[in-house]
Amino acid sequence: MRSAELKTISLEEIEALAVGAWILGTGGGGSPYLGLLNLRRLYAEGHRVQLMSPLDLNDDDWVAVVSNMGAPLVGQERLADSRNIARAVRMQEEINNIKFRAVMSVEIGGGNGVQALMAAAHLGVPVVDADCMGRAFPEAQMTSVAIGDLRPYPCTLYDPRGIEAVVTKVPSWKWMERASRKICVEMGSIASTSKAPRTGREVKDWGIHFTTTKAIRIGRAVQEANRRHEDPIAALLSTEGGKKLFTGKVVDVARRTTEGFLRGSATIEGSDADRGSRLKLSFQNEWVVAWRGEEAIATSPDLICVLDSVNGHGVGTETVRYGQRVTVVALPAPPVLTSPRGLEFVGPRAFGYDLDYRSLFSPAAAGA
Amino acid sequence: MKRIGIDVGGTNTDAVLIVDEKVVHSVKRPTTADVTSGILDALKALRAEPTAAVKVDAVVIGTTHFINAVVQRRHVQKIAAIRIGMPASASLPPFCDWPADLASLVNGESFMLEGGHDYDGRPFMPLDTAGLKEAARKIKDAGLRSVAVCSSFSPLDPSCETTAREILADICPDVAVTLSHDLGRIGLLERENAALLNASLHDLAITTVAAFRKAIADSGIDAPLFLTQNDGTVMQAEIATAFPVMSFASGATNSMRGAAHLSGLDDAMVVDVGGTTSDIGQLRHGFPREANAVVEVGGVRTLFRMPDLLSIGLGGGSHVDEDPVRVGPLSVGYRLTSDALVFGGSRLTATDIAVAAGLIDIGDRSRVANLPKRLIEAALRDAWRKLEEDIDRMKTEAGDVPLLAVGGGAFLVPDRLPGISEIVRVPHGDCANAVGAAIAQVSGEADQVFRDLSREDAIAAARDIAADRAVQAGAARDSLKTVDVEDMPIAYLPGNALRVRVRVAGAIADPDLPAAA
Repeated sequence: MRSAELKTISLEEIEALAVGAWILGTGGGGSPYLGLLNLRRLYAEGHRVQLMSPLDLNDDDWVAVVSNMGAPLVGQERLADSRNIARAVRMQEEINNIKFRAVMSVEIGGGNGVQALMAAAHLGVPVVDADCMGRAFPEAQMTSVAIGDLRPYPCTLYDPRGIEAVVTKVPSWKWMERASRKICVEMGSIASTSKAPRTGREVKDWGIHFTTTKAIRIGRAVQEANRRHEDPIAALLSTEGGKKLFTGKVVDVARRTTEGFLRGSATIEGSDADRGSRLKLSFQNEWVVAWRGEEAIATSPDLICVLDSVNGHGVGTETVRYGQRVTVVALPAPPVLTSPRGLEFVGPRAFGYDLDYRSLFSPAAAGA
Repeated sequence: MKRIGIDVGGTNTDAVLIVDEKVVHSVKRPTTADVTSGILDALKALRAEPTAAVKVDAVVIGTTHFINAVVQRRHVQKIAAIRIGMPASASLPPFCDWPADLASLVNGESFMLEGGHDYDGRPFMPLDTAGLKEAARKIKDAGLRSVAVCSSFSPLDPSCETTAREILADICPDVAVTLSHDLGRIGLLERENAALLNASLHDLAITTVAAFRKAIADSGIDAPLFLTQNDGTVMQAEIATAFPVMSFASGATNSMRGAAHLSGLDDAMVVDVGGTTSDIGQLRHGFPREANAVVEVGGVRTLFRMPDLLSIGLGGGSHVDEDPVRVGPLSVGYRLTSDALVFGGSRLTATDIAVAAGLIDIGDRSRVANLPKRLIEAALRDAWRKLEEDIDRMKTEAGDVPLLAVGGGAFLVPDRLPGISEIVRVPHGDCANAVGAAIAQVSGEADQVFRDLSREDAIAAARDIAADRAVQAGAARDSLKTVDVEDMPIAYLPGNALRVRVRVAGAIADPDLPAAA
């Protein structure tokens, strides 16, 4: 096994990661707060988590891909538990008779941004500085590994009542999503999962690299600006090369649930420079399209982030409500998502909108 | 309609008499360490005025007493926590996110038991009634007198919590029980925290409300007692005894509501300058704009609806330092009338600066006659700069808006500020919070799951229920307005299930008038 440079993640970096992951959640993925609480307790008990560059993986290493699946609303009542996510990973080792070199999160956005760290603290392996979305998306096939057509199975699901389930084989990522979602719903609409194990080679080829570092960087920019009483949103935009789309007050929120997803829209009435106009955001768990009148001014996979205008923290599609003062920004999407095949999985049409994706950013901006 | 409003602040206790929406008389007395003798002083002074010696219909008290107990870690009691919802959530037990010092004062014993519900109303695990009985016996043995119970998804199905209350009533009948679904919404940890805080204030709530009643009786008043809540509405004293946390942020809300009432302005910025701090907020449609999300109380995360406020360390009692010249954040607080220069003390305060600058005339002006002009100007500049910056931070839009300057230290607000169209000062503005208490309205809330109705029809149905409850609690039906609507679809239930929460508020019904049909 090639030795890798490992860096111990400090608790301060985990605090920043939680802020950054929530912003990268683009409205969905659930809050990382409870995961952060778990990690604070684990760190207080002496656990430490190490971060590993994806480039340091050997081709034949095994990497566990973890996620907490389900409705964030349920996650507010059935609280994230680091032991459950570790158990889902162990199930993969038992089924496949393998040993994992490291773990990574399926998505860096939202609560899943810290799931890998929670598992790693119990399993004693490092976390790979990468994920499969570079943000949050609602469905399992909306990942770089699905775009790369990598094997979608097996998937383990764990429920703390002692229910353990495995989806051993499916013909496609879409079927994996459908089959595992049904199990998840039966479990109470939340489950700890470990997705198809990945080899080091696959993570190097198809992982979205250095997103843990990116989330920490975003969180730091916001936290430090707040500490200095400066504009946290300006700090975020300058760090990440994002664009401000709109500033205003939330005046209407409509939600409905269909097929397990939270869909709806939020309307924002402009203030400051946007006074007199409105922005409407459509969401499916995450913010998907921003509309000015009939015109879509931003769409997935560009990251549409709704931020609290005062402190720059993320505002979720489940928690957005009337009267909130928010600023809507866009951040560039990772290139794998904006490729023609990527757009089939995560472009506007994947969410049912008959729109062409037009990037708000030059290709170079998304390279980082 | 004759009502007395009382605001018990950190520095002063204010009382006003309002007759038919107009302030007849107001008094300001120092807050006392025991709180209630200050209230008695204020009430006696108020009643001594011949025009104020009338029969009143209600006394409404706004108090920071309960939130101060949490913030200052005083008079909180040890309690038991019962969490129902295992084996989920096991890694994050009750008190897990509390500041250590407060947790050590409040956390008597925690029990984590199986039970609770899933999001769709199915039981999560069978309720561990044997465990509940054992917990009740241990609570009895430990001599704990107050318990908080929180079960997963109890806002959707409170049956596990109510069963727990029955078992506790059987085994330890003298123990006070707070159920989380009475206080909070979805969000187990934050709802549990609200219940834990509420339980920890139980004894204090009993003694405080009893003392309030005694002070009112001792001043010769025979009228029902109400306490104001965070959202600017009132609750009957009996209810306040059971739910002290509901009055947590009422002081600031009262002052903003009072400012709106006194000025007739429903949309404006408000700054309430007290002895120690200035609270800055924004009025929208006569109510304070609410904070966006989770609110921390004494370091504990809760989900109360609170006004969105910026509190800065600037008030009439603020220390003035000379090198460099700086006003606040330290303050002489309630010792203003003994420590400030103009009152014969030796501490240079913002009030002394204001007297020297001729902004107000209180105390002995000659004692600040020799302050250097340069110092006076620099101190005022510092205070004005702080107000300007922070008022601008709380504004939500560009363009000039009016600013209501209220509170005993409002003389520190300059007559002109950038981004402010006019500074509005109102008669009785120094008692705006007591006025806000006196005019506070009665509210009613519905929080239910509706099926087979459109969103609009479900909200309308919830509003009808909330309106009935408000009328039951003493509101005049024709004055009711919807304050708040929240709807949340629940997945996977047949019939398009929608959870709707509606809050309405209206004036306290005039007992002399026949009820409107």
